[in-house]
Amino acid sequence: MNWFARTFNYSIGRKIIMALTGLFLVFFLIEHVFGNLLLFANDGGAAFNEYSHDMSHNTIIRIVEYLLFAGIIFHFVDGFILWSKNRSARPIRYQMSKPHEKTKWTSRNMIWSGSVILIFLVIHLKSFFVPYRITDGMDGKTLFEITRDAFANPYYSAFYVFAMILLGLHLNHGFSSAFQTLGLRHPNFYSGIKILGVILSLVISLGFASMPIYFYLQTIMN
Amino acid sequence: MSNLNLTLKIWRQRNANDSGKLVTYKVNNISTHASFLEMLDILNEDLVKKGEDPVAFAHDCREGICGSCGCYINGRAHGPEGGTATCQLHMRKFKDGDTITVEPWRAKAFPVIKDLVVDRSALDRILQKGGYVSVNTGAAPDANEILVPKPVADEAFTGAACIGCGACVAACPNASAMLFTAAKISQLALLPQGKPERYRRVEDMIAQMEDEGFGNCTNVGACSLECPKQIGQNHIARLNREYILAKTFNPPKSNEVEVI
Ligand code: HEM
Ligand code: SF4
Ligand code: FES
Repeated sequence: MNWFARTFNYSIGRKIIMALTGLFLVFFLIEHVFGNLLLFANDGGAAFNEYSHDMSHNTIIRIVEYLLFAGIIFHFVDGFILWSKNRSARPIRYQMSKPHEKTKWTSRNMIWSGSVILIFLVIHLKSFFVPYRITDGMDGKTLFEITRDAFANPYYSAFYVFAMILLGLHLNHGFSSAFQTLGLRHPNFYSGIKILGVILSLVISLGFASMPIYFYLQTIMN
Repeated sequence: MSNLNLTLKIWRQRNANDSGKLVTYKVNNISTHASFLEMLDILNEDLVKKGEDPVAFAHDCREGICGSCGCYINGRAHGPEGGTATCQLHMRKFKDGDTITVEPWRAKAFPVIKDLVVDRSALDRILQKGGYVSVNTGAAPDANEILVPKPVADEAFTGAACIGCGACVAACPNASAMLFTAAKISQLALLPQGKPERYRRVEDMIAQMEDEGFGNCTNVGACSLECPKQIGQNHIARLNREYILAKTFNPPKSNEVEVI
């Protein structure tokens, strides 16, 4: 076997891939949430539409976009492979098992928060990315209008908020966990990483969740 | 202190092929000064008197240093108390009338031999792949010939404290042996005597850990919380670091050397 296969076939190698792709996705999300704040500009979507147009016509951004899709695929495929290996490592379960009260719910349920994010991603890409970038199915509407109309639907908005809560929980553990996986842990800075992880998970999940809430409230007030 | 009357639910399994089940026993008049294993001894005396098969459980030193003992007690590895092995658990931690569930460690890599005794030789095989340093025999070297800074020695010692009980595997939701393996790799990577074999060690031990069918680490941290020696997650981080270093800086083997 060559070096690559030998390194990344092992679970530790797969975890390194998960950590690197996970952190890459976090940096994308930070950009994404701040970019989308333009939705609140109260200018009928002019700034947001212009930003989206610029992003989708920038060569570098388009290359990063391919990396991003590859990252998501590697991340969740490795996630499922590791999870199924872990299931088979304990074929007979305990009759009575009480997780230590100091272990976090988020860390024990990454696969479930991740799975909700995955379902969300499919729906999310189908409602915004596919019509905007692939099928040209915008029916003459701008991206801002598509967004506004989608969030007028209470079920759609509720699912969106739910998925963002789980994304927050995923990142609440995931961010510092990725540093641990990469061996980047030292008492000098690790508590800072943990705090940064909590702040980032809050900013990202609350930031995204505020958008459907804002547009839904706008619809019912008009 | 008053004595305890308890209901025990103990995993009974005749041998590796038996399917096994929880069997309920009553024990009465247990002193709160008794240790958990002494309580099981009392139960076993009762069972022997009745002509029944006593409960098999592993133990040796009964003072928390050998790593032989280990039961999953009321849903927790080594029972409800932190930083202790099963043999150091005392009956004063329980109340009169309690029901106590006792199970063996559960992992694919730890098959049950009988009742509460599991086969932990998978951990030995991981150690055989590199949990040692190679030295020439002969006259003992001078104690201070190789200097080790005090903080390094201290950190290495926190890993060396591992007694190989397997509670980390038992407590881990993924039945992973990362804490055990990390304790060895980290300890030896820190010390000058361990450095020559450092990269080979981490690659070989991790390969063996994987082949034994242990799960992988998802950084839950249950292992450190249940470890009788309270070995920390920092050792797992060092294991991960050693793996990355070995994969990037390990000098090529003779058959892999680049020809210019
Ligand atoms: C934008 C979305 C996502 C981001 C930003 C993200 C981020 C992260 C990060 C930073 C980690 C920590 C890596 C580590 O522990 O070393 C992680 C772990 C994990 N992620 Fe995601 N993730 C995302 C989507 C998903 C999806 C779609 C799945 C699919 C099931 C998933 C499943 C998992 C699992 C199972 C883990 C735990 C891996 C382990 O500890 O072994 N994630 N994620
Ligand atoms: S790391 Fe702790 S729990 Fe695991 S085998 Fe060593 S002493 Fe036991
Ligand atoms: S019997 Fe030796 S550690 Fe418990």
